[in-house]
Amino acid sequence: MSDLLFHIFALLSVACALGVVFNKNAVASALCFLLSLVGVAGLFVLLDAFLLAVLLVLVYAGAVVALFLFIIMLLDMQGGDRKRFTKATILSSTVAAGLLVTGLVSFASHGLVETADPATVKVVGSSLRAYAEQLFTVYLLPVQIVGFLLLIAMLGVIVLSKKFEGLEDVK
Amino acid sequence: MSPLPLAALSGPFAVTLNAYLYLAAVLFAIGFFGVLLRKNTLVIYMCLELMLVASTVALVAFSRYNGVLDGDVFVFFILTVAAAEVAVGLAIIVALFRRRQTVQVEELNALKN
Repeated sequence: MSDLLFHIFALLSVACALGVVFNKNAVASALCFLLSLVGVAGLFVLLDAFLLAVLLVLVYAGAVVALFLFIIMLLDMQGGDRKRFTKATILSSTVAAGLLVTGLVSFASHGLVETADPATVKVVGSSLRAYAEQLFTVYLLPVQIVGFLLLIAMLGVIVLSKKFEGLEDVK
Repeated sequence: MSPLPLAALSGPFAVTLNAYLYLAAVLFAIGFFGVLLRKNTLVIYMCLELMLVASTVALVAFSRYNGVLDGDVFVFFILTVAAAEVAVGLAIIVALFRRRQTVQVEELNALKN
């Protein structure tokens, strides 16, 4: 059962990731990205990380993709890419991505990671209590830093979206 | 152990850690391919996010198969930082569009030569 669900979610996320790359329309790309994230959230549920699955859907699918769609509509580009790709672009990107896949797959097959049977491993990621204990004891300082980072990001976005007078265009 | 009945539904685990690692690698490579191939800045940015999500799959899988929580907590932080990063990045893209009236990378060549 879990085997079947893994394959369904893995196929969904990979197929939709390909959709992100190959769709001509930026809006369709964003919607494919959304579906891909749903597949990844399903994988998180299979890995017993329920909190992370919910957070992924809320933060990524809810906020990030909505922001992307908003900006795509705001900028109103005429149908995404207009110029054709040059042969060099296609060739170099295919070779680079192929090398990356080859390297990673050979690493995975030669250095096969040995793990215990997951049925015997204690599930720790499924309880909210465990997260709370970790976040407020061991990871207290990172939590504070991340909170500060969010504040800085908010200020940065406000400053960036202001209009500056007297700045010339870089030509 | 689990508060949800979903864990009972999934039954005995047959999927190995390596399957998750392969999947993460493939997702990362697709994102990387998109970053190299596409010319629309927004789509490039989406592909970058895809690479980030692929890395979280590997982290959660490692965490689950080793019975520790650190990977999960790390993914928690990655999600937070990614949200902040997207907000700032999109603000930069909007500012760029206001100034140059384009988001196609081949027209944004002010640093060339």
